[in-house]
Amino acid sequence: MARKLKMRIWRGDADTGALQDVTVEANEGEVVLDVIHRVQATQMGDLAVRWNCKAGKCGSCSMEINGKPRLACMTQVASYGDEETITVTPLRAFPVIKDLVTDVSFNYKKAMEIPSYEPPANLKPGEARMQQVDVERSQEFRKCIECFLCQNTCHVVRDHEENKKSFAGPRFFIRIAELDMHPLDILKNRKQKAQEEHGLGMCNITKCCTEVCPEHIRITDNAIIPMKERVVDVKYDPLRWLGTKIRKREGIV
Amino acid sequence: MEFLPTQIDITKEPMEVGPTCHYVMGGVEVEPDTAAAVGVPGLFAAGEVAGGMHGSNRLGGNSLSDLLVFGRRAGMGAAEYVKSAKAVPVSDAAIKAAAERIQAPFTRSGGENSYSLHAELQEITHNLVGIIRTGAELKEAIEKIAEIRKRSANVSVAGGRKFNPGFHLAFDLDNMLLVAESTAKSAISREESRGGHTRDDFPQLDSKWRQVNHIASFDGKEVTVRKQPLPALPKELFDLFDVHELEKYMTADEIAKGGAR
Repeated sequence: MARKLKMRIWRGDADTGALQDVTVEANEGEVVLDVIHRVQATQMGDLAVRWNCKAGKCGSCSMEINGKPRLACMTQVASYGDEETITVTPLRAFPVIKDLVTDVSFNYKKAMEIPSYEPPANLKPGEARMQQVDVERSQEFRKCIECFLCQNTCHVVRDHEENKKSFAGPRFFIRIAELDMHPLDILKNRKQKAQEEHGLGMCNITKCCTEVCPEHIRITDNAIIPMKERVVDVKYDPLRWLGTKIRKREGIV
Repeated sequence: MEFLPTQIDITKEPMEVGPTCHYVMGGVEVEPDTAAAVGVPGLFAAGEVAGGMHGSNRLGGNSLSDLLVFGRRAGMGAAEYVKSAKAVPVSDAAIKAAAERIQAPFTRSGGENSYSLHAELQEITHNLVGIIRTGAELKEAIEKIAEIRKRSANVSVAGGRKFNPGFHLAFDLDNMLLVAESTAKSAISREESRGGHTRDDFPQLDSKWRQVNHIASFDGKEVTVRKQPLPALPKELFDLFDVHELEKYMTADEIAKGGAR
């Protein structure tokens, strides 16, 4: 049951761009990426769009569909009204390369600023042991597909380019939380660094990141808030602060 | 059970299923120890792009071991190669020709659409070079692929060079044609059924066919396929098997020899 679908597709580059109206055939069961591909094949041969797995697991086709950050391959055309126009635009928080493709290298820079997993120096291959409960705690964060929808929607950077320097973003807070929960990781100052170097304090827990996550990771509740609580507990508690000064107690560990 | 985001409940309504190309068993012919491509100095290949590793069917999980083992060999092979290899001189004329070839789709107008040719090629290989093949269908496929190849020389592309998928596809199409033609021509030559290759007109496994690989080469116009004998199974590997297990796969002559010494 094919039908005519009205779409508005943003086309342009770093300097200039505009929405273009198109009408395209849409078949039953198709997702937005399918119809974008049909537009590409029949009307706009040079329409730039990033995509790969078409199964919601590679995180490539992130874009904004009717203003919402979404994966185009996981968004049913049928979830919009029959007469509704579907508008697709590139991710707003990142610089446009062309059409629906943005330069997401901000995220790779931030990834490199986070020290990787560090096991004890004397741990030999095959000797690492982990309790199932510890595996399960961090498993949620390992589901991240790096689509960067959370990074894109986060208002700390979405319309505040100036904050990018000092803010790593939700994707990297779950990364820090995951490493922090790892029983064999020996770096003891991950939460402190999250606060002091990666801008954890700039997050005011509006949960927009959690809302757009296609893997349904509870970014705010399970990663950001627990880290914030620990930071507040140690950093701002006057008695604990005093303790670090007079009895040489450890700070945020 | 619901399949997101399609919201189909397969306990209540039918679900559409279909076969899809999942892995390519063939690939660039390489030396096993260095992963150096045969006949192309300085080219190294490992993983799915290389051929000969998985025989007639790749088992689940084996491509990871393939990558680890042959990726390492390719890296070491390439490192060893650059120590002694001199840079291959490239003439200005060759560079100019390559640049012109890349620009060509932009200079044509009203030519073929790369997306349409891609879709047609998919249709041909899906229908005629699919899971169950016949000689007649493969012959038809080879003819149709040749037509697409002719038309692909006249692809025209809109827009500029920057992130232009239609332009990229114009070049990917050459590679797709190469793979499709090599697969179809090897398949029509192999008159038996084995692993991922099923011939409806030759449904049986034939031990004689185990002894050969098909090697495809391209002269710029079309693919030719020749048969190349496989090295015999070394004795130390032969001895690991119960001889009755090997009888299904090997000819009586091979069994009698008992592996290569």
